[in-house]
Amino acid sequence: MKLTREEVEHVARLSRLSLEAAEIDALTGQMDQLLGYVEKLNELDTDEIVPTAHAVPLENAFRADEIRPSLGLERALQNAPQTEASCFVVPKVIE
Amino acid sequence: MSFSQMSIRQLQQALRDGKTSSVELTRACLARIAATDERINAFVTVCAETALAAAAEADRKIAAGAVGPLTGIPIAVKDIFNTAGVRTSCGSRILENYIAPYDATAFAKLQEQGAILLGKLNMDEFAMGSSNENSAQGPVRNPWDLERVPGGSSGGSAAALAAGQAFATLGTDTGGSIRQPASFCGVVGVKPTYGRVSRYGVIAYASSLDQVGPLAQSVEDAALLLGAVAGYDPLDSTSVDCPVPDYLAGIDGGVKGMKIGLPREYFIAGLDPAVKQAVEAAIEVYRGLGAEIVEVSLPHTDYAVACYYLIATAEASSNLARYDGVRYGVRQQGEGGLSGMYEKTRAAGFGDEVKRRIMLGTYALSSGYYDAYYLKAQKVRTLIRADFLKAFKEVDLLLTPVAPTAAFKLGEKTDDPLQMYLSDIFTIPVNLAGTCALSLPCGMDGQLPIGLQLIGQPFDEARILQAAKAYEAETDWHKQRAPLD
Amino acid sequence: MHSRYEVVIGLEVHVQLTTKTKIFCGCSKDFGQEPNSQTCPVCLGLPGALPVLNKQVVEYAIKTGLATNHQIAPHSIFARKNYFYPDLPKGYQISQFELPICEHGWLNIETEAGGKKRIGITRIHMEEDAGKLTHGGASGSLVDLNRACTPLLEVVSEPDMRSADEAIAYLKQLHQIVMYLGVCDGNLEEGSFRCDANVSIRPKGQKELGTRAELKNLNSFRFIKQAIEYEVERQADLLDEGGKVVQETRLFDADTGMSRSMRSKEEAHDYRYFPDPDLVPLVVDEAWIERVRAELPELPEVKRQRYVEQLGLPEYDAGVLAAERAVAEYFEALVALHGQPKICSNWVMGEVLRALKESDGTIADCPLSPELLAGLLGRIADNTISNKIAKTVFEEIWRSGKSADQVIEEQGLKQVTDTGAIEAILDEIIAANLDQFAELKGGKDKLTGFFVGQVMKLSKGKANPGMVNQLIQKKISE
Repeated sequence: MKLTREEVEHVARLSRLSLEAAEIDALTGQMDQLLGYVEKLNELDTDEIVPTAHAVPLENAFRADEIRPSLGLERALQNAPQTEASCFVVPKVIE
Repeated sequence: MSFSQMSIRQLQQALRDGKTSSVELTRACLARIAATDERINAFVTVCAETALAAAAEADRKIAAGAVGPLTGIPIAVKDIFNTAGVRTSCGSRILENYIAPYDATAFAKLQEQGAILLGKLNMDEFAMGSSNENSAQGPVRNPWDLERVPGGSSGGSAAALAAGQAFATLGTDTGGSIRQPASFCGVVGVKPTYGRVSRYGVIAYASSLDQVGPLAQSVEDAALLLGAVAGYDPLDSTSVDCPVPDYLAGIDGGVKGMKIGLPREYFIAGLDPAVKQAVEAAIEVYRGLGAEIVEVSLPHTDYAVACYYLIATAEASSNLARYDGVRYGVRQQGEGGLSGMYEKTRAAGFGDEVKRRIMLGTYALSSGYYDAYYLKAQKVRTLIRADFLKAFKEVDLLLTPVAPTAAFKLGEKTDDPLQMYLSDIFTIPVNLAGTCALSLPCGMDGQLPIGLQLIGQPFDEARILQAAKAYEAETDWHKQRAPLD
Repeated sequence: MHSRYEVVIGLEVHVQLTTKTKIFCGCSKDFGQEPNSQTCPVCLGLPGALPVLNKQVVEYAIKTGLATNHQIAPHSIFARKNYFYPDLPKGYQISQFELPICEHGWLNIETEAGGKKRIGITRIHMEEDAGKLTHGGASGSLVDLNRACTPLLEVVSEPDMRSADEAIAYLKQLHQIVMYLGVCDGNLEEGSFRCDANVSIRPKGQKELGTRAELKNLNSFRFIKQAIEYEVERQADLLDEGGKVVQETRLFDADTGMSRSMRSKEEAHDYRYFPDPDLVPLVVDEAWIERVRAELPELPEVKRQRYVEQLGLPEYDAGVLAAERAVAEYFEALVALHGQPKICSNWVMGEVLRALKESDGTIADCPLSPELLAGLLGRIADNTISNKIAKTVFEEIWRSGKSADQVIEEQGLKQVTDTGAIEAILDEIIAANLDQFAELKGGKDKLTGFFVGQVMKLSKGKANPGMVNQLIQKKISE
């Protein structure tokens, strides 16, 4: 299979990465090489194989519905690039 | 007195006996960092003041007789662990000013047991890399040869130990990120079973593969550290609620009668002759100690790297979506409103390797490709895990090289991502199988250390530590020191 | 309505759960607090934080699933739905995609024709809510994450509804059930019960579904009906003019009664769902399901039927009383104390609900416990007071919280049953109204009421009306 530049641009948009033309070019080649390499998995017949999400079998991890202290406003906002009225600020969103 | 060759247990004794103080140990480490780190670049943040204050407090506790297993011992942790009030940048520009508001569980446990935090250790950005060249804070250099890489992604954690800057460190291992740098830097590194140590507060790269582990100067120190951080954490749904044994209790039990498997797929062409020779010599040591050596097969080994790079990048593409410049991180403003802000923030904040993996992972999960890539990889993961479980029916543990070569040169593989990825061929399958393994020094290639990997059954860290200790007691590789001075 | 077309409606309802804490962290989900004050590393999506599932959310999901006839999955998993938006801290929403907790449910609704119709429910899954994004900030849009990570159930129906009325009937029933179960406070305006409607039309007889529009921002039953009806007209007009319906999301505007397209410049979503590696599979065994089943309350439909069949109430009464669980419980407590279901029903519907409506309260605010009300009804039954006086006593109990006996005693409202005393009053009235009495005797029966009224007036309502009547008849025949 051959990965196209357009596909790479589409994936960059999905990933919210603005990439320079040169980066797109480089990534197109590299991703194509890597995707070519992972093709080798198709040598294996896995039709009857159950996928593994976790290597260690795990189930039912719960917490009780009990309140734990929150972080507190100051610490919640301490790393924010921009705040106003106890909120995080983002560029105006138009719906 | 010289501390550099002392084990943590010996240091504890010296502290209790009043032969040294935590402040003295901490000062010695800080002095060593000051003297060597311009060359090594292992530390990205040094907490000199708070470390000395904590050391003084530890000395008061020691004087009062209230001593935990790590009281007063200066340690350092990879910059992937959240440490409240201390910058936690994860090797990334996007977090270069990020002050963690909470502690990772594993770090909190060390602190509760009295360890002194010297600072935060350099790493590949978001733990993505095998050479520590992908760090926003610059590459780490191998103390054994400053032209060479220390391995990655926990390069700082291994190099700091090799340079004598700390008595023990914490790293994380997703595809070999503890074991490979431990091997390149001539120290001991343990990658515990998935679920053995809490991941809470450890910045995620690939959630189903990431695991926290110790790096140390000796097997015994590593066992002590592992005991200190292991255990169930209600804040991590994937941590396992099973008792943590005393890893030091049976550590001197030897290997007589142990059955050690050699996976034939790990002794392949492409294995550097020096590495091959060192590992074969180690096998003879084990034979001499009374272990039974048998050949086994892990037939799907050759698929592990492909499988890993699909699963790890897919999970990473989602894990790293939170770095959007809204709640934290370095934001880039620009044209294009919200999406412009997102795209520029992320493009400027992430390095090339991180972008490459986000792109690959996004692609592998995207509409129409999920089954062919992500699901396929999860199925192959089942086969790889089954290989190990089958092998463990025949043997107690597996013995392999850690990496095909000793430390390579800076810049040697940066232009060829696939070649870089393939250098993790012997460590990656263990993460896919979720089981435990460790790396310990077993020889030299010229003046570069070579590592031996012991792979254990799930939750059987005690046995590989015991086997490693037996080897260590028989050899002097771990006593060699990097020629830094 | 364009009779050439058939309307097809499917509904997605987001039910906000009444847990104390969020779905994946221990933050309180108390609303109305200062923005971002109810947050922690998990719900802020800080680096390194991990989710842990609130068990109560699973309990509520199973409960709701059983109450709506679902199969509860023995094995279900959480998935990440990946997209970027400022109110979504992690860049993905934790939801369920493949293997949700409940599948293959249904509800019966009553159709306009009076019959029953089964509406299929595809699935119910658990997920986290997003935060709130507001646009009034001086420096940009503002993000408050107090609501982020609060628990939701998403209830997805089959496209089984054929009119706005059917859609409303389904929604009201679902609403009633989640309120009955106590898993949701049911407040539509505040977004505790949010509905998106997928609406399409197709020429009658056509099998394939038409292109659908998704309607959002429907925060009352009335708006939902309006929005669907508007959408059906819009689509029919489009098709009539030879146009095509495009698949899109439309935002309803309650002020204009119209909707507008939310076509964004963003390309079509690709959510890249995959199992969340931070969470482990959820396994629900039979024992767990049976325990929850045993704890289920009697549901409104069953109650309604029982009220009609066992208590002999009219359909109307049964419907009103069973509509709200607290009212039904009040009524049942009253019947348990007093018997006489129809009389109890009259008083609960007539007096209690009326008084509550006037005071803008709910049954929880009712100052008259079932015990107090039963005490009052007891005094009517034993002829201590008349129905009329009882209403006065009711008001007084409502005001003071005293018992009926106390009020009757203090205000001297005990009914006069002494024949001599009533006869004396009657004689007095006849004497003063001899002409009318003559007419009554002459056969003008409707004057009976006049005399009864006069006696009641003079006795201040305390005379037993039945006895007054008997005495008047006696006087006529004398």
